[in-house]
Amino acid sequence: MSESLVKIENIRAYYKLKNREVKAVDNVSFEIMENEIIGVVGESGCGKSTLSNVLLNNIIKPLTIVGGRVLFKSNGEYVEISSLTREEVRERFWGKEMSLIPQSAMNALMPTIKLSKYVEHLAQSHGIPKNELLKKARKRFEDVDLDPRWLNRYPFELSGGMRQRAVIAIATLLNPQLLIADEPTSALDVVNRKVFLKILLEMKRQGIVKSIIFVTHDIATIRQIVDRMLVMYAGKIMEISPVDKIVEKPLNPYTEGLLNSVLTPEPEIKKRGITTIPGTPPNLIEPPSGCRFHPRCPKAMSVCKEKEPKLVEIEPQRKVACFLYSEERA
Amino acid sequence: MSRLVVKNLSKVFSIGFLARRNVEAVKNISFEVKEKEIISLVGESGSGKSTTAKMLLRLIHPTSGKIVFEGKDIWNDIKTNQELKEFRRSLHAVFQDPFASFNPFYPVERTMWQAFRLMDKEYSKNEALEFIKDSLVKVGLDPKDILGKYPHQISGGQKQRIMIARCWLLKPKFIIADEPTSMIDASSRGGIIKLLLKLREEQGTSIMFITHDLGLAYYVSDRILVMKEGRIVEDGNPDDVVLNPQHEYTKILVGSIPKLYRKLEDI
Repeated sequence: MSESLVKIENIRAYYKLKNREVKAVDNVSFEIMENEIIGVVGESGCGKSTLSNVLLNNIIKPLTIVGGRVLFKSNGEYVEISSLTREEVRERFWGKEMSLIPQSAMNALMPTIKLSKYVEHLAQSHGIPKNELLKKARKRFEDVDLDPRWLNRYPFELSGGMRQRAVIAIATLLNPQLLIADEPTSALDVVNRKVFLKILLEMKRQGIVKSIIFVTHDIATIRQIVDRMLVMYAGKIMEISPVDKIVEKPLNPYTEGLLNSVLTPEPEIKKRGITTIPGTPPNLIEPPSGCRFHPRCPKAMSVCKEKEPKLVEIEPQRKVACFLYSEERA
Repeated sequence: MSRLVVKNLSKVFSIGFLARRNVEAVKNISFEVKEKEIISLVGESGSGKSTTAKMLLRLIHPTSGKIVFEGKDIWNDIKTNQELKEFRRSLHAVFQDPFASFNPFYPVERTMWQAFRLMDKEYSKNEALEFIKDSLVKVGLDPKDILGKYPHQISGGQKQRIMIARCWLLKPKFIIADEPTSMIDASSRGGIIKLLLKLREEQGTSIMFITHDLGLAYYVSDRILVMKEGRIVEDGNPDDVVLNPQHEYTKILVGSIPKLYRKLEDI
C-alpha cells in the first residue's frame, strides 16, 4: 500500500478583490498517492489552475489561502507547505520536490535566452555545479528524443513540440517527486500529444518523477494515462474515482454530462450521440446555494438547492458529492 | 445531382520579395458534394484545407482547376453583381472565430441586418425584425437576450449561434463551416453541431466541415476527405476512414487520437 505524497485538507483559496471574493477553490480535500498519476478535469473557470497554484504554494495576491492546509511528504516527513511563504517553498521545494509544466509551456521560454541558460539558472539557484547539471541535461535531452546540441540553441529555433519536450526535460532535471502538468497538451497537435504522453509515462517508469498531477479539460487525453480522475466544478470536487470506473459508469450527473460531450472517433460515441450541459458555469463571486451544479443539473431535486452534498465514499475508492447517492436525500 | 463539383483544383502562392518561391498549397484536388450531404475536410494546420475553403467561397482565385456550384463555374460564369449576390446567398460560411466575426462597435444584430442586403426582396423594418427574431429562436436563443447587446456582452457559444441564425435567414444551399466548434467550450459544442444538422434536415442544406478534429468529422459526416500537404490522400465514408484507414498518414492520425473507451496501446 503506497502512502500519500501530498495531502490537501479543506483548502479554500479565494481571489480577494476590493469588496468581493472569487471562491476559486472552496473546501477541497484529496490526496495524491505515491506512484500515482491523477487527472483533474473540469470546464474553464472551475478552479483547476488555481488548484495547481495552491499545490505549488505559488500564492500571489489577490489569491489568498483562506483556510485548510497542504502537506507535502519530504524526506519521510509531512511538511505543511501552506504555512510557509512562497519564497521558502520556492527555495526548498520547487524543482527538487515539485515541478510545474505550465499551461503554455511552449511559450514559457523566452525566445532569445539559450536553453542552456535555463539549466545554468537552475544549477545556480540550487547550488549545484553548472557543468554537472549541464551534463545531466544533455542526457535528459536524449531521453526525450531531442538532440543535446539543441541546448546551445535559442527556443525560437525549435518547433512547438520540441519546445514542449525541452520544457519537460528541464523541469524534471532535479528528479522532483511531484510533477504538476497544467494543460500541457492543449497547444499540441495530436501526433505530438501522443509523444508527450509517452514521455510522461516513461519518466514515471524510470522513477525520474514519482507522482504526476495532470490538469486538463481534455478527458480523452488524460484517460490514456491517469490512474484516478478528479472532477471539479465551480471550485468543488464532484467526483474522485479510478478512471476506468468513471468512464464505465459516471456517478455524478456533471461527470456524465462532461463525458457525453466528448467527441472522439469511436463507434460508441456515434451510437450514444452527443449531448450538452445546458447553461454556463456559475459566477464564483456568488456561487449557487446548495450543490453548485444544481441550476444546470438534469437530475436536480429540491434538496440540492438547499443543502450542499458532502464528498462521500460510496464504493471502495469511489467518492462522489451528490445527493443521488447519499442517505440524507430526504 | 451534385451541388458542388471541384475539378483538378490547385493553388500556388508565390512568396518572397527578392527570391521568389512557389508554395503549392493545394495540389490538383477533385471531389463532389451532393445535395443534403455533409462532408468533412480533415487535415493538420498547413494541409491546405483552409485555402480550399477560401477558393470555394470565391475569396481567392485558384491557380488552375474548376469549381462548379449549382451548374455554374464560380469564377467564369458569375459576371454581374446580381449573380454574385445570389452566389453569396446560396453559399455561406460559418467561421472559426466567432469573436472576429463581429464588429465590437455595433450591436450584434447588425450582422443579421446585413444579411438582408443579400436578399432580392425588400422587407419593411418590422418584417425584417420578425424574421430576425424567428431565426434567433430557431437556434435556441431568446431574442430578448440578444437584440441590442454588444459582442462583448455575449458568450462565444452565443456568437456562433448567431452566425448560424444568419443561415436560417438566408437559407443557403451550401454551408462551409471552418472549424466552427474549436473556439467554444466542449459543453456547448454539441449544441452547435445539432443546429447545423437540423438545418440540413429541414432545408436540405449541404455542409462542408473544415476541421482538424477527426472525432467531429466521424460523428457528423457522410463522407470524410483527409488532406495532407495539399493533396487528398483518403476519401471514404467515416466508418471506413476511421476504423479501417488505408493511407499511411490516416493510420498515424487515427492511431494518435486519444479515445475515451479504449486506451492507446503503444504508450
